[in-house]
Amino acid sequence: MKSKKLNVVLVGNPNTGKTSIFNQLTGLTQKVGNYPGITVDKKQGTCKLLDGSLVTITDLPGTYSINPTSLDESIVLETLLDNENKEYPDLVIVVAEVENLKRNLLLFTQVKDLRVPAILVVNMADQMCRKGISIDLEGLEAILKTKIVLVSARKKEGIADVKNAISNYKEYDVSSLFKISEKIDQAYFDEIKSSLKEFSLYKSWLLITQQNHVGFISEDSKRTIDTFKLDREKLKKYQHKETIYRYKYINDILKKVYFVDRSKGFDLRSKLDKVLTHKVFGYVIFIAILLLMFQSVFDWASAPMDFIDEFFSDLSVWSKESLPEGMLFDLITEGIIPGIGGIVIFIPQIAILFLFVAVLEETGYMSRVVFLMDKIMRRFGMSGKSVIPLISGTACAIPAIMATRNIGDWKDRLITILVTPFTTCSARLPVYAIIIALIIPDERVLGIFSMQGFVLMALYVLGFASAIISAYILNKVLKVESKNFFIIEMPNYKLPSLKNVFFDVLEKTKAFVLGAGKIILAISIVLWFLASNGTDDFTNAEKIVTENSVGKNISEEDLESEIASFKLENSYIGVMGKMIEPAIAPLGYDWKIGIALISSFAAREVFVGTLSTIYSVGSDNEGTIKQRMAAEINPVTKEKRFNLPAGMSLLVFYAFALQCMGTLAIVKRETRSWKWPIFQLVGMGVLAYVSALITFLILK
Amino acid sequence: MIHTVADLHKGEKGIIDKLSFEEIPLALMEMGCIPGKEVTLMQISPLNDPLYIRVNGSHFAIRRETAEGITLVKRLCDEI
Repeated sequence: MKSKKLNVVLVGNPNTGKTSIFNQLTGLTQKVGNYPGITVDKKQGTCKLLDGSLVTITDLPGTYSINPTSLDESIVLETLLDNENKEYPDLVIVVAEVENLKRNLLLFTQVKDLRVPAILVVNMADQMCRKGISIDLEGLEAILKTKIVLVSARKKEGIADVKNAISNYKEYDVSSLFKISEKIDQAYFDEIKSSLKEFSLYKSWLLITQQNHVGFISEDSKRTIDTFKLDREKLKKYQHKETIYRYKYINDILKKVYFVDRSKGFDLRSKLDKVLTHKVFGYVIFIAILLLMFQSVFDWASAPMDFIDEFFSDLSVWSKESLPEGMLFDLITEGIIPGIGGIVIFIPQIAILFLFVAVLEETGYMSRVVFLMDKIMRRFGMSGKSVIPLISGTACAIPAIMATRNIGDWKDRLITILVTPFTTCSARLPVYAIIIALIIPDERVLGIFSMQGFVLMALYVLGFASAIISAYILNKVLKVESKNFFIIEMPNYKLPSLKNVFFDVLEKTKAFVLGAGKIILAISIVLWFLASNGTDDFTNAEKIVTENSVGKNISEEDLESEIASFKLENSYIGVMGKMIEPAIAPLGYDWKIGIALISSFAAREVFVGTLSTIYSVGSDNEGTIKQRMAAEINPVTKEKRFNLPAGMSLLVFYAFALQCMGTLAIVKRETRSWKWPIFQLVGMGVLAYVSALITFLILK
Repeated sequence: MIHTVADLHKGEKGIIDKLSFEEIPLALMEMGCIPGKEVTLMQISPLNDPLYIRVNGSHFAIRRETAEGITLVKRLCDEI
């Protein structure tokens, strides 16, 4: 029998280059999955050792300590405590960074005290000379009773040494380092030691300090653990003492083996900080970067998006022509292909946005943005860390909501999740574009500003403003327990690694396509069904329309679109549109717009496509849709249907309403309850309806 | 008068005396905020909050309210 693959896990502080090392070791074999029951990403890959054997490498979430402060971090503790799990590591690689060795060793000593085989990989070794750092490696290895490998992931140096060290996983010492009992409470810890013989002392201590039982523990041990539980105050006191003594222990070690010649250090950090966190330049640079980002998201993405759009409509036409007729094939050509197209079309914008976010994070700049923006965001009940999700929201709310995970405080995070869908996402853009073109004259104000552009910009401002104002209100109203405090590391500036950025963008884009895509696809199929089935009139549409048009001299093409339009009117979705007409009539809409509103629930941009069918335009050509829409007359007032009041009302409605199933699903996933997505849907829906009503009444 | 990290001027240093919070966040200590350690105020955010500090080899930012809970032994008028 072939022996099972080795399990190796990577543990380390954020910003140590842990992920770079993971990327170097696993390359394209890496996959992102989920830990059972929770939404933390689980990154795994396969690494081929020098002797050809394969090992599984897991990149655990970055953490400063084994004591978790977030859901992501608790994974590290759970993985290392649960030795009954089949994924329990055969070897732990603790990744440290040469400059922050002291803080990194805190985590290393904690891991080592669990008595698992652990080695230390010190990254960014190429920086040692430049920073004037020297380490007595052999001395440190002897004290820490481990193997130390110096690497420089950026220069791909030392990776082979890491692989060699993995091969020798059986040789490592598994004794603990730090004597926890002596300094804190000798009697108490001695008692633990003799009562819980099955675990290492540190493991018993960690099991005692956790609120819930972690991993697989026998009922007997659970009872014993419970007898050692301390009251809150004493527990904190002991944990503090432990941290103090652990640092003292580390400081004493480093004094012997770690030397810094400060005169050699070139301080890039303070030079860049001076400019990037400057009270004027700091904000100017941030705004400039934002502008560049928006510019790129809309500019660079337009060519690939047009290409994707064309490709899918060609594919749809081609398959319609080449596939035989029938229900199943209709589903493919009219439901599935456009459905997939509706997802794929957003990939360019989302990937570009993620590219920017990844680069800004890799360089260490994002922490400075958080530093600059925290005070402002706090006034509105959020945190500096909310800036990134709000920016990402302009591409798509789904990845933006996923990006809220690193906001430690639950209330800050919840408010950010709730208000992010107000920001003008790219799916609103096609809707805005066509309505603006219809109701706002293509004129210039003062000879420079385009009126249409001005309205579009106003809608973006409206999106941000409503996000911020609703955050302010939610902050006052919501009663949510949260006690996490704000702390953010200010990492060293570095050049982004292409490999890391590539994998980051790939992984997040994949998560969007697979996560949101499934829902958009499912809804597209439901909508297709509702639009392609209907009442008796629907079934007999061809006959009825043809009979009515006898003697009216209609071209074949027009007849066909008449039929399509008549069919839609009598399809289930058409019936639904008519059903909601009394409710939306006060906003200035008719049942046709009602259909578009209903179909927008899958994704907003479906609006344009639906209108093109309703107004019986054969193609998706915007010019023609516009003409038909412009010609539409309101039978009661005899005015144009898409006049200024109705159009503005529609714009306001789309700005506020949460017409996105994907967002609802992701909010459900991230808040782990249906309460918040339903609150969002109803709240934003009511706001949209009321504001649209007011807009219509004022302008009428 | 008790000095805290929040009283430091930009570039100034101090030695941590104790962390006086109702409930001291363990994470703050684990980042390196340990009594006896030297703390340097690196930058103050333009709106006066948060504060960007260096302590025990770590660089991180905390809010003013947290900084007010970190009391200092004495002031070293030592500009970096």
